[in-house]
Amino acid sequence: MSMLRDRLTILTAATAGVFMVVQYFVTSPGMDATYRAILNWMQVIFACALMVGIAAVVKNHIVRLRRRRAERPYSLVLLASVAAMASMGFSGGIDQGSSFLWAFNHLQAPMQATVFSLLAFYVTSAAFRGFRARSVESAVLIAAGLIVLIGRVPLGEQISAQLPAAAEWIVNVPALAAKRAILIGIGLGMVATALKVIAGVERTYLGGR
Amino acid sequence: MWWETTITALLTLAIYTILVGDNPIFKFAEHLLLGLSIGYSLVVTVKSILIPQAIAPLGDGQWAALIPVILGSAMFLRVHPRLAPWSQIPLALLIGAGAGAAIPAMMQARVLKQTAATISGSGTVDGVIILLGVLVTLMYFVFTRRHTGAWGRAAVAGRYFMMIFFGATFAYTVMSRMALLIGRLEFLLSDWLGVI
Repeated sequence: MSMLRDRLTILTAATAGVFMVVQYFVTSPGMDATYRAILNWMQVIFACALMVGIAAVVKNHIVRLRRRRAERPYSLVLLASVAAMASMGFSGGIDQGSSFLWAFNHLQAPMQATVFSLLAFYVTSAAFRGFRARSVESAVLIAAGLIVLIGRVPLGEQISAQLPAAAEWIVNVPALAAKRAILIGIGLGMVATALKVIAGVERTYLGGR
Repeated sequence: MWWETTITALLTLAIYTILVGDNPIFKFAEHLLLGLSIGYSLVVTVKSILIPQAIAPLGDGQWAALIPVILGSAMFLRVHPRLAPWSQIPLALLIGAGAGAAIPAMMQARVLKQTAATISGSGTVDGVIILLGVLVTLMYFVFTRRHTGAWGRAAVAGRYFMMIFFGATFAYTVMSRMALLIGRLEFLLSDWLGVI
């Protein structure tokens, strides 16, 4: 039974993969309609996968609420905020002026921005601790980083008129060259992995079987 | 309104308390943010994907919409230990179709366009440096050949190009995070307290 299921799974991946490649080169009304239908299916499946994830988080916090006394208040906050946001969105709508959008604009978005801004402290602290010019490579990295960092702020122009131009050159020439090579490498790597998935060689999504 | 700004400011400060160590105020804000984000995703997913692409077509009698509904429902089999492997079929469709769509897209956007831009710009000094930089960096990534002799020296040059790229990327990351930090501090000091 499990072998049949695995074969069915690999066949589904291969058929969908081959179709998506073929539709790129062959254009016909039937092909386009099937392509759009598969894209819609993917969105619905993805949405359902997200629902499974949400259900798992909610379930975990309900379990925590029952078992761990110290963590209870936080799980209660999480479950209450999920319920509040969901009820506001489903009952009051998500348009301009709705309480759902108010909660997003005044609670969620500022807190998210704050969490991301916290990285400024951690990045700076990591730089102080980790940036030691122990080799030529690390010296090059530090020099490039400092020139771009200082050259892109008003202070850089006050230090030297050449600094902003140097920062611009570093970003547009040597850094761009490495970026392009890395992008080409990523592209080729992704194509190779995609071919392995379609051919059924790469099966990690089957749980390593 | 002042009370709205005060709530936002207090939550902002609650998140910043992590800088002095893990504490109950941060944990409260963290769980609140997580809960709000989950609730937001739930509402947006249902309203923008499930209703227009699955529930509404079924209501109009478009029975083809049953296929993604059945496949999507199979994802929920993950909660049952014995039936969980059947959830791999919709997952295979997602992965297979994603892989198939990625092949031409990646070849076009990542490989061909980047190569074309590198070659077409090689008429200037900077263009030649870029072309050489791309070549030596790609040579560094060839692991099926020993990095000795001329090839090894080219690979070392490729490593220097990458270090310059990582340095520049680090600088941009620092700048973007600092911009966010300045934005939050400006909100606290200007919008909330009105001291600047």
